[in-house]
Amino acid sequence: MAEPILNVRDVNKAFGGVQALAGVSFDLMPGDILGVIGPNGSGKTTLVNAITGFIKIDSGQVIYKGRDLKGLAPHKIADLGLTRTFQVMRPYFSLPAYKNLIVPLFSPRARRTGGWRGGGRMGSRDTVAVDILEEIGFERESYVPYKNASSLPTGYLKRLELARCLALRPDIIICDEVFSGLSMSEMASMVPLMEKLQMEGVTLIMVEHRLRELFRLAGRVLVMNFGAKITEGTPDEVMANPEVKEAYFGSEEVFSYV
Amino acid sequence: MASERDGIRKERLDRGIKVRSDGVYCISSWREMAFLLSPRLLLIMGLLLMPLILEPAPYWQKVLIIVCIYAFLALGFDFLAHFVGLVSLGGALYIGVGAYISALLNTELGFPLWLSIPTATVLGGLFCTLLLWPCLPLRGVYFAIVSLMFPLLAARLIEALDVFGGTDGIMGLDGFANRWWEMYLLVSVLLIALFALRRLVNADMGLIFRGVKDNDQAVKASGISITFYKAVGVLIASCLGCFGGACLAHVYMWAGISQFAMDFSIIPIAATVVGGGGTLVGPLIGCLILVPISELLRDFGTLRIAVYALILMGFIVFKSEGLMSFGARKYNQFEHWVEI
Repeated sequence: MAEPILNVRDVNKAFGGVQALAGVSFDLMPGDILGVIGPNGSGKTTLVNAITGFIKIDSGQVIYKGRDLKGLAPHKIADLGLTRTFQVMRPYFSLPAYKNLIVPLFSPRARRTGGWRGGGRMGSRDTVAVDILEEIGFERESYVPYKNASSLPTGYLKRLELARCLALRPDIIICDEVFSGLSMSEMASMVPLMEKLQMEGVTLIMVEHRLRELFRLAGRVLVMNFGAKITEGTPDEVMANPEVKEAYFGSEEVFSYV
Repeated sequence: MASERDGIRKERLDRGIKVRSDGVYCISSWREMAFLLSPRLLLIMGLLLMPLILEPAPYWQKVLIIVCIYAFLALGFDFLAHFVGLVSLGGALYIGVGAYISALLNTELGFPLWLSIPTATVLGGLFCTLLLWPCLPLRGVYFAIVSLMFPLLAARLIEALDVFGGTDGIMGLDGFANRWWEMYLLVSVLLIALFALRRLVNADMGLIFRGVKDNDQAVKASGISITFYKAVGVLIASCLGCFGGACLAHVYMWAGISQFAMDFSIIPIAATVVGGGGTLVGPLIGCLILVPISELLRDFGTLRIAVYALILMGFIVFKSEGLMSFGARKYNQFEHWVEI
């Protein structure tokens, strides 16, 4: 049995009187995809922020590769290989898409890990950036990587967020709603992308509202409501759980969404 | 985009050379190279020839020195505000620290002028960065207020504790060998600083600075410490300011608390507004306009500030983008009237 790459143990966070996270715990195995679902305001994004150090937790532990992340600044945690995307995408709009990746490629971690595939010495950052973007579905032939970020549609911006994480060659990517706001076809092309990332050995946590796509991908799903974990299990187990239905739809509703 | 009159409107088109040279450089002819080079050469040659042109008017040569010192501050302000996202009102702090360190090195430790100015530049830059370090997580107007407090505080401390000569300041510094040295040192370092900064903001490291300004969360999530890069930005700006301060002390052969005056914090901002923020060369042009105007207005006595304020207001209301942005647009585009 392999060691979990990430343990979250009894994490609590209160904003004033609101208990945003109430004793959330879970383990994550390397190479897995963990889905996190829950109604709006159930503390999913707070959980992401807590794990990646963007907010300080009140109590509990986040242990990544056997190391307690308590008190580490967000950039230190990202440097260890635990990265995240943001729900609200704010790329550097005035710059071409590939120039957006210069920032992560300039980071100490990217320089240590040698940028992208090649390993060892990194080529020019511009070239590496375009390679990463092409890998993630920016068609080089139609010059998409060279377009200004401000002129790109949402689907590409979501990919750009992912590419920003990938440039660091991370061990875990926490995706905060990468599917939301995408068209059906954009989503359809996103699913194989995530599968590809998993095959490459990246561990993923996906915070989602799009249950259909998530249940295709995720091996385990964690359901949250009012800051607490309701249940955790395989997609089928979770779907069968009456508490989950109640959290999403109130009692006695048909769970026909999936 | 275009203004309209009856039945016709003004249409603007980018010149071909502008479009071609924006991303990739493929310059095809001497004409195009001249088109790109001539504004830059005009600035460089203009500044280098300025001391010679002003030869018959020694008073205006002194004004040129002041222009250069303000230009260092304005350059630093523009870099910090538009590329790192820190609005710093610490210009007076940089000048004062640079002047005092250079004065102390020169009078107390006997450093010669050519050694005390560079040392004061580096030490002063580090000192100012250390002072501002705890304030770096602050943003926007909060950082501006804190950085404004430091020069006020420094002047009052020197006055109250009667250190470093107290209200009399430190006298008896070495002067420059002659005024040509003063002028050419300042003008050439200013030009080098300008072009070095322009290169920096377009290099990979400059993109990090811009990232810190646009979206610091994403920079953090990319595994880069934003506090470190903000500190580097402040170090660059304060080194520029301290160099100006050190030169100022040696020009006046004196360092005193008036070098912590608010003028050094405010005029660079005005110059950035007039010249156009985010262009780096704009603030320099702003200083070239504002400082001499301020000198010319001395005849008006106390009305000077009122006239000065009117000019500034005019710029802000009618040309808020700044002269440099306006000029660059006119230079790079065709304009003609078309029928609607």
